[in-house]
Amino acid sequence: MIVIVDYGVGNLFSLCSSFACIGKQAIVSGDPDVIRSADRIILPGVGAFEDAAKKLNNSGLADVLKEQALAGKPIMGICLGMQLLFDQSYEYGCHQGLGLISGDVVPMEGSIPADLKIPHIGWNELHIQGEKHPIFRYIQQGDHVYFVHSFYGARCDQSVIATAEYGKELTAAVAQKNVCGCQFHPEKSGEVGLAILRGFCDWEV
Amino acid sequence: MITKRIIPCLDVKNGRVVKGVNFQGLSDVSSPVELGRYYSQNGADELVFYDITASAEGRGLFTDILKQVASTVFIPLTVGGGINTLEDFDRVLKCGADKVSVNSGAIRNPTLVEQAAKRYGDQCVVLSVDVKRVDGVFRVFAKGGRENTGMEALSWIKQCVDSGAGEVVVNSIDTDGVKGGFDLEMLEQVCNLVNVPVIASGGAGCIQDFVTLFQTLPKVDAGLAASIFHFGEVSIADLKQELKANNITVRL
Repeated sequence: MIVIVDYGVGNLFSLCSSFACIGKQAIVSGDPDVIRSADRIILPGVGAFEDAAKKLNNSGLADVLKEQALAGKPIMGICLGMQLLFDQSYEYGCHQGLGLISGDVVPMEGSIPADLKIPHIGWNELHIQGEKHPIFRYIQQGDHVYFVHSFYGARCDQSVIATAEYGKELTAAVAQKNVCGCQFHPEKSGEVGLAILRGFCDWEV
Repeated sequence: MITKRIIPCLDVKNGRVVKGVNFQGLSDVSSPVELGRYYSQNGADELVFYDITASAEGRGLFTDILKQVASTVFIPLTVGGGINTLEDFDRVLKCGADKVSVNSGAIRNPTLVEQAAKRYGDQCVVLSVDVKRVDGVFRVFAKGGRENTGMEALSWIKQCVDSGAGEVVVNSIDTDGVKGGFDLEMLEQVCNLVNVPVIASGGAGCIQDFVTLFQTLPKVDAGLAASIFHFGEVSIADLKQELKANNITVRL
């Protein structure tokens, strides 16, 4: 069973529908015991980093996630959920993340050409890096996925498993041991996105 | 490189997809759930679900049909029609919308865009504006294009983007339903005005109209249309092949 972590942030309807579409049972829960009983964990999220990190900490779910990561359970962060896996974010200040992926989340503004619009919004090509990570086993190099973000993962070279070109190669997906994250939205990336979720479900850590 | 987006619009009335010429003479086309799934699987980059009569009738959007559409569509879904309050945003987002389009609601309540952007983020708030030339000036029309607000369109768009609208759908009433091509003159002025994605709407009649749009105005991010897709006059697959052949970046 997959548990989509509910901590009061983001739209979980599409994620649930996506897992239903690929024939996987997923439930939404913010209950630590339910999260502990999951085979796999999805950490979703949209909005501001600081607010989301506070909610994770105040609800005690940050500790549950760290404990489950340490126990070796497959975890996937999506969009802001991916950014929360990092050590810290420089989105309006400096805020601590979960520290499950080494690196920082930094603004695109100032690090990509000024004529490019921010947020980076739309469909972009995935450039799979190195040996194809198991979550990408059902997709091809250059497949398109859907992005919406203004901040991105940096100083995480060891963990980058895919990038997308937007003025520079931006971190599109990361993985470190049993923890992975997608900056894009697999639940909004059509057949390719569903195939990535399927890859996550079939990932033997 | 980010791709140009092709967006079919599902104008919904009484649970059915409709499309009229110049917003009148509506005719029933098909089921929004079936059409949504079809487009999601056949190359559409995004869907717009618009309850076109909600605003005129002053009622909320049909959330049950929206939920059905959202549960079968795995591409971004923008929802509009009858969005007047933050509660309306909340309701449609919970039904599976990714972005919410505001039109008449923003005109009635000028703080709506700012409030929604603060709560849900700029990327969630899409300003939809119906524009028509009146005595040579671009004017904003409300209530599905039925009512001239007297407001000047470019300053209205700028004001909303400054308040936090993350995208702008520019629908030209003058070209809508005429199938003579997009309103390039109007779109160019909007592109030069704002630095958020601009979505062209109104006037596409054939594949060449999209090629012309993206070649003439490279700053336009997306092309939106309804009837030409719904009636099968243009297939999205053919359209994208032709765009690619013209060196326009698309997702195939």
